[in-house]
Amino acid sequence: MTNLLDIENLRVRFPTRQGHFDAVRGISFSLRRERLGIVGESGSGKSMTGRAILKLIRKPGQITADRMQMGDTDLLTASDKQMRRIRGRHASMIMQDPKFSLNPVMTVGQQITEALRTHERISRRDAHARAIKMLDAVAIRSPERVMDLYPHEVSGGMGQRIMIAMMLIPDPEILIADEPTSALDVSVQLQVLGILDKLVTDRGMGLIFISHDLNLVSNFCDRILIMYAGRVVEVCQAGRLHEATHPYTRGLLNSVPDLEHPRPRLDVLKRDPAWAEAPSVSALT
Amino acid sequence: MTAIDLSDLTVWFGLGADRVDAVKSATFSVATGESFGLVGESGSGKSTVLRAIAGLIDSWSGDMRIADTPLGRRRTRAFYKQVQMVFQGPYASLHPRHTVDRVLGEVLKLHGFSDIDSRIDRLLDDVGLGKGFRFRYPHQLSGGQRQRVAIARALAPEPRIVLLDEPTSALDVSVQAEILNLLSDLRAERGLTYLMVSHDLGVIGHMCDRIAVMQHGRIVDLLGVDEMRSLQTAHPYTQHLLDSSVRAIRQP
Repeated sequence: MTNLLDIENLRVRFPTRQGHFDAVRGISFSLRRERLGIVGESGSGKSMTGRAILKLIRKPGQITADRMQMGDTDLLTASDKQMRRIRGRHASMIMQDPKFSLNPVMTVGQQITEALRTHERISRRDAHARAIKMLDAVAIRSPERVMDLYPHEVSGGMGQRIMIAMMLIPDPEILIADEPTSALDVSVQLQVLGILDKLVTDRGMGLIFISHDLNLVSNFCDRILIMYAGRVVEVCQAGRLHEATHPYTRGLLNSVPDLEHPRPRLDVLKRDPAWAEAPSVSALT
Repeated sequence: MTAIDLSDLTVWFGLGADRVDAVKSATFSVATGESFGLVGESGSGKSTVLRAIAGLIDSWSGDMRIADTPLGRRRTRAFYKQVQMVFQGPYASLHPRHTVDRVLGEVLKLHGFSDIDSRIDRLLDDVGLGKGFRFRYPHQLSGGQRQRVAIARALAPEPRIVLLDEPTSALDVSVQAEILNLLSDLRAERGLTYLMVSHDLGVIGHMCDRIAVMQHGRIVDLLGVDEMRSLQTAHPYTQHLLDSSVRAIRQP
């Protein structure tokens, strides 16, 4: 099976007044038609990794890598124009909070059809019909009505589903979901994940699922990268997360309060400076 | 003894045709020294209950009592000496241009303490920060450290009751564990009463003895932590919440 994405030795660097800061420090991974989870604390570089794949790092941030290959395209040498064609058509990204990532002055319908009309020659009417079908696929009741609503008129869970619809409508091969459900309630979270799971499976897409929630990722993904301080410290199969050996992964697992297995005190992570210095584990396949 | 006693509490926003009842005749009581949890989805009214108790909302009806004293429209200084609140976002709840010293000093001064200097040092020690953090600004602190400052501020007047509104939802799991342990220790040391709001059933199950489940502004279920841990409940909505947070996500 061919890889959808190959990344080797990726670095994201930001110059600061005190020299430079590396948010991502030389990580390598590949993505097949699978669900790949990236987990870590805030500041571990997981979101920066996701954004770097689409070259969405704002200047003065710099992306360097030995190789960044998406299908036939070499992302390292791709021009801005080529990148705009790739984003949406080949790979798209679902952001964390629909409140900040939907355009507040465009209706839901306008935003979804815009995504479609940018990438395809399609009539307004066909675009409208496809958008309605897509909203229906993300389990939005009465999609006709929702098409004419503005983002502030929909709930958080609905906003997130609208965003998923918008990102999936150009039918990309790779979907990067950056904490797609952190802003949602548990019960809505399940519903949104269920929809995402179904669409990804049905369309045979590659999914990169970025989250801080280990248990969620272990239930939802096939393979997991655990990031710490800009590096990958451990790679494991999702079903085997509970057999993970790295002390950082163990620490994260043990610090989560478990409803069914109560403990009087939660374990607190003891950070070892060596974790940040150890070379990144490769997740190439 | 009951620390908090609410009966038939209704809280609303807006007037006339626009009136929305955020909390609908909520009744529950929290014993002294108990840790009581309120769970529910966003919009269920759980935070509104806390804000009404703290006196941040004045459109309410019903009866609220703190240590058998009925609450009126205005909160007295004696009330705030007894009841304090920790808010959800550690990024928004500290003044960005006030140092930790000033944040804590102001509360202590308002409550008429004279040994402010030594109290600030002791408070910072109690929440595990230490004196080194005294003259820092919020932007020089991490999310967990900010939440510790917010807890120190709430503890400054030596309250008996602490209202906790999602104290760890903005934090990483590793930092959440530190803050939850700190809250448990403080409760054990000082015999505090907690009324805690969270949407995370794992957190509530870890911290609380009894739990009220809220839906659309109503308390639909009251249960003990053991019932919750064994996932046994008669109420379908509570069962739904438990299922959502425990069961595996992927369909086999």
